[in-house]
Amino acid sequence: MAEGVTPRVKVPKKADAGEVITIKTLISHPMESGQRKDSDGNVIPQSIINRFTCEFNGENVIDIKMEAAMSTNPYFEFDATVPEAGDFKFTWYDDDGSVYEEVKSVAVG
Amino acid sequence: MKFKAMTAVAALLVAAPMLGMADEDAELVVNGEIEMVTKTEAPAHLEGALPEIMSGWRFRSDETQQTQMDDFDNPGMIFVDQAQTAWDTAEGSEGKSCASCHNEPASSMEGVRATYPKWNEEAGEVRTLAMQINDCRENQMGAEPYKYTGSQMTAMEALISIESRGMPVNVAIDGPAQSVWEEGKEMYYTRYGQLELSCANCHEDNYGNMIRADHLSQGQINGFPVYRLKNAKLNGSHARFKGCVRDTRAETFKPGSPEFVALELYVASRGNGLSVEAPSVRN
Repeated sequence: MAEGVTPRVKVPKKADAGEVITIKTLISHPMESGQRKDSDGNVIPQSIINRFTCEFNGENVIDIKMEAAMSTNPYFEFDATVPEAGDFKFTWYDDDGSVYEEVKSVAVG
Repeated sequence: MKFKAMTAVAALLVAAPMLGMADEDAELVVNGEIEMVTKTEAPAHLEGALPEIMSGWRFRSDETQQTQMDDFDNPGMIFVDQAQTAWDTAEGSEGKSCASCHNEPASSMEGVRATYPKWNEEAGEVRTLAMQINDCRENQMGAEPYKYTGSQMTAMEALISIESRGMPVNVAIDGPAQSVWEEGKEMYYTRYGQLELSCANCHEDNYGNMIRADHLSQGQINGFPVYRLKNAKLNGSHARFKGCVRDTRAETFKPGSPEFVALELYVASRGNGLSVEAPSVRN
C-alpha cells in the first residue's frame, strides 16, 4: 500500500446560485508506473491512482481515468457550476484497493 | 575611496533595470489570503548597511513568483503533506509522535518559525528549529535524530513554518543570544576561501546584480526551507550556507555546527520585519 497519501482540495466556501467556481484538487501519491526496477532488477509493481471522481449532491461533475504514465501527485483543476447549496464529494481510487475521500460544503448566497 | 563610490553608483545603475525584470511593484499574496511583506525598512542594527530589506521572492522571475502564490502550484507543499504524516506517526522507544505532546501544528506551532533561532534557557544555547526538532526526537520520543539538512528535517521545518506564514520574522538578538549574534555578524563580514568573498560582498554590496545567469538576492532566509527548482526539493538554510561557502572555494562548516547556528541567527535577524514565507519557491 502506498504510504503518506494525502488528498488536498480547495473549494470556495460560498458561491452565488448558478455561479461557476474553480476547484483545485491534489493528492500526494508516488504513482509507481510498473515500468521501474529495484536495485535487484525486480520489477516494482504498478501502484497508481487509477480513477478520480467528483460529485455534487450525488450528481457526477467529473470522472477521470488515469493510466501509468501520469506523474506523481496528480493535480486537477476544473470548473463547476453551483446550482444550490450542497456538498462536493471527491473520491480517489488506488490500485491497491484504497479509496480516499474528501467532502467540501458550499453555501449559496 | 573614489573607486568604491564609483562602483556603488555603477551598482545602482545596474541594479534598477535588473530588479525590473519582474514586476517591481508586485506584491506577494498567497492563496489570495496571506499578504506577505517582501520589502520593508531595514532593522535598526543594519543602519548604514542596507537601506531596505527585500525578500528573495522579489529577485525571481514572474513565473517563479507566481508558483509561490498558490499552495496547489507550490511544490513545497507536497513535503508539508508528508511531514503531516510524520507528525502523526509514533516513533522511538517512548511510543510518542509529535502530535502526542503538540496536538495539531495549527494550534501549537503558530508563530514558532518567526522567532527561531532563539536562546534556550534550559540548554544554555541558541537553538535553531532543526536542533529543537531533533531534541524532541531524541529526548522526548527516544527516536533517531533526523539528518540536519535531510528531507525529513526540511519537510518538518516546512510543516511548522506554514503556521507562521505572513508573520514578521522577529528573532531576538539581545540578552543571552547577543554574543552568538555577534559571532554570526563577524562571520558575515569575514572573507572566506580562495576567492576571498564574504557574505556581504555578494548579498550586501551586489544584490540585484548578476552572478553568472542569476540575480543576487540579499540572502534573506525568511523563505527557508525553500523549494528550489534546480534540485526539486526543500533546502534548509545551512545547506545553502554550505553551498555559498563552498562557492568561495573554502572548506565549509558543517550544517548544524555552532558556526552556522550563529550565522543563521545573524542572517535571520537581517530579515527581521519580512514575512515568514516558508516553504518558498526559488530557482
